[in-house]
Amino acid sequence: MDIHEYQAKELLSGFGVPVPKGGVAYSAEQAVYRASEVGGTRWVVKAQIHSGARGKAGGVKLCPTDADVRQAAKDLLGKTLVTAQTGAEGLPVHRLLVEQALPIERELYVGLVLDRKRERIVVVAHPHGGMEIEEIAQREPAAILREEVEPAVGMQGFQARELAFGLGLAAPQVNQAVTAILGAYRAFRELDATMVEINPLVVTQDGRVLALDVKMSFDDNAMFRRPNVAELRDYAQEDPREAEAAEHGLNYVALEGDIGCIINGAGLAMATMDMIKHAGGEPANFLDIGGGASPDRVAAAFRLVLSDKKVRAILVNVFAGINRCEWVAQGVVQAVREVHVPVPLVVRLAGTNVEEGRRILTDSGLPIVTADTLSEAAERVVAARNQVRAA
Amino acid sequence: MSILLDERTRVIVQGFTGDKGTFHAKEMIAYGTNVVGGVTPGKGGAKHLGRPVFNTVKEAVADTGASASLILVPAPFCADAIMEAADAGIRLVVTITDGVPAQDMMRVKRYLWRYAKERRTTLIGPNCAGIISAGRAMMGIMPGHIYARGPIGVVTRSGTLGYEAAAQMKALGTGNTTSVGIGGDPINGSSFVDILALFEQDPDTEAVMMIGEIGGPQEADAALFVKEQMTKPVVGYVAGLTAPKGRRMGHAGAIISAFGDTAAEKAEIMRSAGLIVAPSPAELGATVVHALRQQPSRRVMVRQ
Repeated sequence: MDIHEYQAKELLSGFGVPVPKGGVAYSAEQAVYRASEVGGTRWVVKAQIHSGARGKAGGVKLCPTDADVRQAAKDLLGKTLVTAQTGAEGLPVHRLLVEQALPIERELYVGLVLDRKRERIVVVAHPHGGMEIEEIAQREPAAILREEVEPAVGMQGFQARELAFGLGLAAPQVNQAVTAILGAYRAFRELDATMVEINPLVVTQDGRVLALDVKMSFDDNAMFRRPNVAELRDYAQEDPREAEAAEHGLNYVALEGDIGCIINGAGLAMATMDMIKHAGGEPANFLDIGGGASPDRVAAAFRLVLSDKKVRAILVNVFAGINRCEWVAQGVVQAVREVHVPVPLVVRLAGTNVEEGRRILTDSGLPIVTADTLSEAAERVVAARNQVRAA
Repeated sequence: MSILLDERTRVIVQGFTGDKGTFHAKEMIAYGTNVVGGVTPGKGGAKHLGRPVFNTVKEAVADTGASASLILVPAPFCADAIMEAADAGIRLVVTITDGVPAQDMMRVKRYLWRYAKERRTTLIGPNCAGIISAGRAMMGIMPGHIYARGPIGVVTRSGTLGYEAAAQMKALGTGNTTSVGIGGDPINGSSFVDILALFEQDPDTEAVMMIGEIGGPQEADAALFVKEQMTKPVVGYVAGLTAPKGRRMGHAGAIISAFGDTAAEKAEIMRSAGLIVAPSPAELGATVVHALRQQPSRRVMVRQ
């Protein structure tokens, strides 16, 4: 789960990480009010979307006057921003962060992430913050400073000091940076984050160290014990179909093709999509219905897949273990009777009681094409799609 | 022979008396697994499925001599259950539960290291289908009847794709020594390398199939291990050639994992390390059978 920059800054400042003065605004009037509230002579108005690279996409505006703040807010609110990280469809701007603009001397990079290889929280840092950090990491990986945190004792002061000195900070700034890094680590640990990124961490001309931009992502599996983080979720930043899927215990991702997929298990779903591609088709979605394929869940899956108007044919592929094939078949039959399915439907069942499951599909009298193997299923659904296209 | 588990292994179930625990314990017993009891705190002293229930894993181990535990407790209590089993001296823990917080797993992994190697627990999962030694015993939630005995070891991150592989092998008249689901979570108990090393040692396993997924470093590590340490043929497959590049936030993830996250990159890494990569998920069985035939027979006769 991702949150907005202004939310991440509020959370981090609760752990002692210094951030610029600022506040959230939902309208142009509120933005002007926020500017007067935070004070100063220049402000930055920043579009709040769940993505980085907003500056290059025109989502961050420097405003020397009140009138500029108002204009920037009007320009940004309601707009859809497309950045290098959002994908082509972009993300909508409904909230702004208005902050004091600060004279900056240096920009640094600090990121904390759960390293799957080392199975530890790793803090990475580099003396040059900004957009090019990934290229720097590829070009000269040795220039990236790295501290692995021992899970039994947590991050130690010396580790933060080594990073701060490694970043080339002068003595007065080292202590401030140590406070910021240790605070970010404690937030990571105590809020079940999967990523905290301060990019850039800046040194201002008057010698202060501040987190100028911040991103945080969290572990969905841990949100049951972090209600104050879970409530920060902003559904406007998510694909509405993905959010609806999650409510039914389904995992859905929209794709570009025209063959709808309903499959149990993420691995089998990916493999089935690969097979569709081998057979000359393109999947319209990834959809994992998980372990229990109850009629309700299957019906929800059909509705979700059919809400994508590109879909010209649907493939259901279920390898039944605990849920026997006859239950899955009953679920499919019930769902098809309940939800109008206006496109060809291919169903492949395998596993426990497969003959019984196939019999239920055939006896239903519904126009369901059955398949025995993965390759048969993929070929038949692509053929059905081609017929629809030709018609 | 098999790895990790056979019909003699004394197995307990943590979360024994719950709905899931009851259902899967029954299936395991029906398959021939030596389930000697279970643990549900507060229900110690009762009998369930004709087996004793204990309050703690320590009591269960003292009374039954159990060496393996299947964990089916809800995700918030999973880390605690794994550490309890490890502390009680259980050597093999299989965790089926999905949704365990990643930082819980980070601490669990660290905790397991506090024990000396001779008594350290092997953890499989979480978020996996479990382990089955075909025709002998299972600790997991898989449909046992789709697995036939045979000379192929399977290690897979995906549950249902593992079933698919087993069914394809059975349809071709071959089968498995043991099939191990290591789970799809970012931090899991045993890696591909851990399981490949066991198959390499197992005299009855003649070839190995490893089924990977997108994301994470484990497939690349495994490919290197196969190249440097394994004599048996290994067939690989990575699902997700058509997977979309996800939306992402920030740069930190990319900084620590520069290359090798996509299915195509992983398949390439496997190929260059000498693995045979299955051309499609419909040919998992056929590819491994072909690899076996290419292999000069060095089978040692073992009485079944």
